[in-house]
Amino acid sequence: MMTAEAITNAGVLDLAEMSVRDANATLQAATEGAFTLRNPGGRHALACGLMHPVSVTVEGHAGYYCGGMNKEAEITIRGNAGTGVAENIMSGIVRVTGDASQSAGATGHGGLVVIEGNASARCGISMKGVDIVVGGNVGHMSAFMAQAGNLVVLGDAGEDLGDSIYEARLFVRGSVKRLGTDCIEKEMRPEHVAIVAGLLDRAGLFADPSEFRRYGSARRLYNFKIDNVGSY
Amino acid sequence: MTEQPRIPRTVPVKSATFDDYTLSEIRRAAATGLYDIRGGGAKRHLPHFDDLLFLGASMSRYPLEGYREKCGTEVVIGARNAKNPITLRTPITIAGMSFGSLSAQAKEALGRGANAAGTSTTTGDGGMTPEERESSNTLVYQLLPSRYGMNPDHLRMADAIEVVVGQGAKPGGGGMLLGQKITERVAEMRTLPQGIDQRSACRHPDWTGPDDLEIKIQELREITGWRVPIYIKVGASRPYYDVALAVKAGADAVVLDGMQGGTAATQHVFIEHVGIPTLAAIRPAVQALKDLDMHRKVQLIVSGGIRNGADVAKALALGADAVSIGTAALVALGDNDPALEAEYQKLGTTAGAYDDWHEGNDPAGITTQDPRLAARLDPVAAGRRLANYLNVMTLELQTIARACGKSHVLNLEPEDLVALTVESAAMAGVPLAGTNWIPGQG
Ligand SMILES: Cc1cc2nc3c(=O)[nH]c(=O)nc-3n(C[C@H](O)[C@H](O)[C@H](O)COP(=O)(O)O)c2cc1C
Repeated sequence: MMTAEAITNAGVLDLAEMSVRDANATLQAATEGAFTLRNPGGRHALACGLMHPVSVTVEGHAGYYCGGMNKEAEITIRGNAGTGVAENIMSGIVRVTGDASQSAGATGHGGLVVIEGNASARCGISMKGVDIVVGGNVGHMSAFMAQAGNLVVLGDAGEDLGDSIYEARLFVRGSVKRLGTDCIEKEMRPEHVAIVAGLLDRAGLFADPSEFRRYGSARRLYNFKIDNVGSY
Repeated sequence: MTEQPRIPRTVPVKSATFDDYTLSEIRRAAATGLYDIRGGGAKRHLPHFDDLLFLGASMSRYPLEGYREKCGTEVVIGARNAKNPITLRTPITIAGMSFGSLSAQAKEALGRGANAAGTSTTTGDGGMTPEERESSNTLVYQLLPSRYGMNPDHLRMADAIEVVVGQGAKPGGGGMLLGQKITERVAEMRTLPQGIDQRSACRHPDWTGPDDLEIKIQELREITGWRVPIYIKVGASRPYYDVALAVKAGADAVVLDGMQGGTAATQHVFIEHVGIPTLAAIRPAVQALKDLDMHRKVQLIVSGGIRNGADVAKALALGADAVSIGTAALVALGDNDPALEAEYQKLGTTAGAYDDWHEGNDPAGITTQDPRLAARLDPVAAGRRLANYLNVMTLELQTIARACGKSHVLNLEPEDLVALTVESAAMAGVPLAGTNWIPGQG
């Protein structure tokens, strides 16, 4: 059995041989270095609550909440990720090379989340400043009640994109099945093209930024009015 | 000409169905097109702890000597999974109330009062303020659907985490904080534009059912190194199943909030018509814990309309491990004080009925973000009042426990209680006074 203490900074953590608790304790304690999490086997809560600029590669599929509440660390999941990947991320980067399940990047306050494949429903729900770039499509109710930050989707968006959105910016290259309540298309001005270009660059994904359309809040629901009763 | 005999007339009769309040509410709705939003809990008459009585010691029971024999009040919360469970000197905790709904001064006063009495306070929808952490020795950090201000550093600074699934005032409802209270600081903590009417979600963004919640709790434990207890708070609606599922999801403690439980701002119709009374919720919750062999292992914290030591004693006797207070704590700080009657009149209300907490005009400086009003509340003096009140409640609780012959308040049991009404007997599962009849049990 490997113990947390036995691992040095540049380590391979094999989940076939150690518990998630020991692996996370090692990653949380490290202040620098590169780590590989082997045999993740869809285990939950991997590499969550990291606080320092370490880099972590998860070699395979991760379960729920991988990279949750991340600060400063750079986490790459070489596979698919379960529900709530990088939920409430504060800073740093979480990248999924495959697809992500629902609520990817939920409530994130900062940092960058990159999903190279598709993201399922509620991607970026209640996002609070995080930037999310999705190489494929996003599912329904993505960016629901999104407060701040940018969601860039290279593919299509499902129903009710940006429902009850606040100040977040949504950029979609493909089609939007249906916009949610109070979410409208807005003019794509040069500064928005620049935002998308910058995010694509940071995400390492390739697309022509001028092909994106921008969506955001009509701000009609910011103060309660009875005449909007059908929208609440 | 002879005078006509005067025909007696009946006095005008107002309808019990369409009473004055109902008529005024119809007119208000017709004039404004808005539903009524208010603070506080259910105001209607409900079966409550007043409908129960303690039997006290007698020929067959031996009381403890009032001021000589010890009656313990200490409770430990969260030893099921947490390395550092919480120890409270009194089983009366301060419920979650957000900075935003309350002024910073009020939050500080709650912390001071709780510290002096040896109990915990709780954050709320809106995150943790540094002042709050500073002024509370034992602070429970809420994880709510909105996740406003949610931050892993605060999670690690907390002494316990409370996952809020629901509140008694509004089981199934989200939060709201109206524009008047979204000041610059509140807006920044919540990442929202200033002055908007803020709605918070009623469902968590990253888990849907109890199976997911179990994994969410695992994540919270991983982030906090399995150190602190994790509570789950539910509004009382289906307490048997909710408590059983909370235990299954891995909770160390369950907070059960009945429909009398206060809120900062909710639709009146929601407060008065959704959820069940605190009294009705406790026994099913305790039964769920017993069926899972988890009674006293997973602590049950009951709230909603707790006012005095007798209420606490009754909740404990029915099987709770601790209680939580919101409204009563605010009153101890100075809310609804008759000394402010002139100001309440100006607001179109009267001391004791003031519940427009969402409007932010509280003359007592408690449910406000207006710096001028908030400055009226002296956190030191208000904290002192809360400490006094908590101490009085604890003494009352001990008085009753001793009279029932208990050397610790957690030894109170249903056997010590009888009910005054058939309803309360059925809900609490204790006999109607003077009989051995428990309705529904033969
Ligand atoms: C002003 C105020 C604000 C509240 N804010 C929250 C909150 O943010 N989160 C929460 O779970 N409950 C909140 N509550 C409910 C309390 O935590 C608690 O459940 C309730 O007050 C208990 O009932 P009582 O008021 O009859 O003691 C709030 C209550 C009040 C009065």
